[in-house]
Amino acid sequence: MNPLHILIIGRHSQIMETVVRLIESQRGWTAKGALTDEEAVALFQKENFELVLIGGGVEETSEEKLKEVFLMKNPAVKIIRHYGGGSGLLFNEIHEAVAETPK
Amino acid sequence: MKRSDFIKTGILSTVSLGLAASAESKAATPDLVGFNHLPIKETKTMNTVLHKAATRGHANHGWLDTNHTFSFAHYYDPTRTHFGKLRVLNDDFVDGGMGFGTHPHDNMEIISIPLEGDLEHKDSMGNVAVIRQNDVQIMSAGTGIYHSEYNKNKDSKVNFLQIWVFPKERNITPRYDQITFKPEDRVNKLQQIVSPSKTDDGVWINQDAWFHLGNLKKGFSTSYDVKLKGNGVYAFVIKGDVTINGQSLNKRDGLGVWDVEKLDIVADSDAEVLLMEVPMN
Repeated sequence: MNPLHILIIGRHSQIMETVVRLIESQRGWTAKGALTDEEAVALFQKENFELVLIGGGVEETSEEKLKEVFLMKNPAVKIIRHYGGGSGLLFNEIHEAVAETPK
Repeated sequence: MKRSDFIKTGILSTVSLGLAASAESKAATPDLVGFNHLPIKETKTMNTVLHKAATRGHANHGWLDTNHTFSFAHYYDPTRTHFGKLRVLNDDFVDGGMGFGTHPHDNMEIISIPLEGDLEHKDSMGNVAVIRQNDVQIMSAGTGIYHSEYNKNKDSKVNFLQIWVFPKERNITPRYDQITFKPEDRVNKLQQIVSPSKTDDGVWINQDAWFHLGNLKKGFSTSYDVKLKGNGVYAFVIKGDVTINGQSLNKRDGLGVWDVEKLDIVADSDAEVLLMEVPMN
């Protein structure tokens, strides 16, 4: 089974590092982080992400533009807002987004 | 993923979270992460959701014994992820001297209510505080903060509620507030402890939400008028037994009610109740 590849976009570098580390600690999940819109678009063009987390500090205008770009390249990509900053909600959000609920 | 794998992964990653830490030692090994559900058989009225205390998610990490009314960390039940904008209701028991090491948050309204013992808080905004019984603390995590929370006392547990509410506005400047309330002002009364108005009673929250605490004597009855049309109310019984809109509730039970204008509350014993009014959408 291919790993679930996740792109996280946020403006707080320490929180970004934490979120990436937490996701990478999970078997079957891999993650890349982007602090700027340009970096996020470049990563999305280069790699195949199944899920995008919009994190703290990302302005609504950026969010809308990024969604447009991502969906144009990959209409199947799931894009959700991440709340809490790598806290107790992170794994729940990912499970919910990909419907990988434990049986 | 199989449940056994999920639980195993949970144990490994809880360690990797690095949240568990003693003031003296970082050694902390969780011995149980997983599910503890019982079927919900009781329900009395329309537009309600009942969460009996024993159906909450439970995790005992040794230093932390925690009960999750809603999905949190490695407890995930897709039918219990939130009540409107109320996302987290954790009932935490932390051993003496232990606590949550420095960890980040963003875009969340985080309310802490100590029920027993004292909790020491430090954050990246420079706040250092101890919150005690009768205090209510709120943090708007906004664009991002780091904080730690430890049991201030070495020889006794701290029990506190940690409540997370989705923010009305994302990416606000992080903010901290703490208020000490008079316990006598909630005897047979509903005392407002959280409100969306900076000029109203209670700590200010970045959401159209109001929280009230009541210490109700046996036989006392009262009602709560919903403040904003469309909001729902989640009632959590801290202590004792109450009946709300005809539904009997016991210690640590939760009842969510929506599409109503008021709640009728009767204390079936001496009881303490927390009412959390939140937007449903």
